[in-house]
Amino acid sequence: MSESAAILSDRRLERETAKRRQARRSQAIAAASTLVVLGGLLTWILTSPGWPEVRETFFNWEVFKESFPDVLRGFWLDVKLMVIVEVAVLAIGLLIALVRTSRAPALFPLRMLGTVFVDVFRGIPTILLVYLVGFGIPALQLTGLPTDPVVLGGIALTLSYSAYVAEVYRAGIGSVHRGQRDAALAVGLTDSQAMRHVILPQAVRRVAPPLLNDFVALQKDVALVSILGPQEAFRIAQIIQGENFNYTPLIAAALLYLAITVPLARLVDRMGGPEGAVR
Amino acid sequence: MGPTPRSTPVLEARGVTKAFGEREVLRGIDVEVREHQAVALIGASGSGKSTLLRCIDLLEEIDDGDVLLDGEVITDPAVDPVAVRRRLGLVFQAYNLFPHLTALENVVLGERRAHGASRAEAELRGRQLLKRFGLEGREGDRPDNLSGGQQQRVAIARAFAGRPRALLLDEVTSALDPELVGEVLAAVRDLKEEGMTMVIATHEMTFAREVADFVAFLHEGTIVEYGTPQEVLAEPERPETRRFLKRLLEAGRA
Repeated sequence: MSESAAILSDRRLERETAKRRQARRSQAIAAASTLVVLGGLLTWILTSPGWPEVRETFFNWEVFKESFPDVLRGFWLDVKLMVIVEVAVLAIGLLIALVRTSRAPALFPLRMLGTVFVDVFRGIPTILLVYLVGFGIPALQLTGLPTDPVVLGGIALTLSYSAYVAEVYRAGIGSVHRGQRDAALAVGLTDSQAMRHVILPQAVRRVAPPLLNDFVALQKDVALVSILGPQEAFRIAQIIQGENFNYTPLIAAALLYLAITVPLARLVDRMGGPEGAVR
Repeated sequence: MGPTPRSTPVLEARGVTKAFGEREVLRGIDVEVREHQAVALIGASGSGKSTLLRCIDLLEEIDDGDVLLDGEVITDPAVDPVAVRRRLGLVFQAYNLFPHLTALENVVLGERRAHGASRAEAELRGRQLLKRFGLEGREGDRPDNLSGGQQQRVAIARAFAGRPRALLLDEVTSALDPELVGEVLAAVRDLKEEGMTMVIATHEMTFAREVADFVAFLHEGTIVEYGTPQEVLAEPERPETRRFLKRLLEAGRA
């Protein structure tokens, strides 16, 4: 008995050493290939004829240090805008998805409106929508309508992203097996209770990764509001760049965007399961 | 079995028909179930057993005829289907538990939202029901972590939690591994002994013989033979019934 256990444990040791050897080997290969690829790319860029010029105009440390505080101040506006718009988008998108999936005959006109909303605002390029809302609404000269370009830009982004997010929710709702609704009705729930307590909780869990993905996209698209004039990160970077003909402030702005989109992207990966994650 | 013969049946179907497009699934079903009785629906797959149960629970709309619950026509378009479903319990072949909720939350959801019980009240009863069906200690488990037999027992507890007038069981053991069938049938037997009125669609003939007061054999959307288990299962008169039972016997299921 103890002898066979000893034999087994020997074999096991052997297997584990072999596995460790394999792991070391794949790590070495990964490291080597990374080195070769990145090194090659870097050499290619650094030895390019225009590199000294590019380094001076895009990666100028002095300009970076000088412009960063201003760009960061502008970025704070981007952050506020993306948080407010995202909350509005999650709520409005859900509302549209619920209207579009409801079967109540009284909601028919709303259902139609929901379809039109999604078709129109998903079909127009976001940048065009920012222009149309940003310059169109003030041109109406109606009292009570907002004229602040930040608010108008936020409205345009909300319209565009609500249309996308509504479809994400709707796909999630549609993916819940109809047996779930049957079971909810069978225990005596109403249609709306079945939606709220049984179908939506499952649907939202399923679409959390694509919702976060849209959030990442939105975080970048807030820069589009700059075309209406507000001094957010991209706009400020552009102004500084225009003043001293150096593109480094744009790099500063890009880094700031990355600082918030990359962590979120990793979160999306983790939610999507191990296959999505970088290993 | 002691129902007074003249009492109103708990459930009654009168000339119920149902078609899905061109396909007529129910072609004039007449059946009644009296208080404390269990009626077993037997018949080949596609004979209409499940559809009949779904029509009774108003998950499907019937085309013609009537279904009555305690003498009241429930298939009238003016009747609120939600109120009717609160008086019935339905157990599905594939359990259909809510995967995002624990066993206890599954049992409690209808109590709280449909029957307006307080959380404490509903949970106390939910725990008692789970214990009764042998699931003590599993209250906090999600359906994922339960065996098929355990899931189906949670589903039975869930259907029973609303104190239904009648329980509709739709082939509750068909999705189970053979060794798990017994524990679910024991739960149903337990309910029958307590006097629960039931309609049981089943492929388990031994079980039908033991638990049912009457057996209805469905064939192509009609009840072709109806009687006591002895009459239908041991001395069937109709050739369709005999053929069906013979096939089951050959498959080792009777």
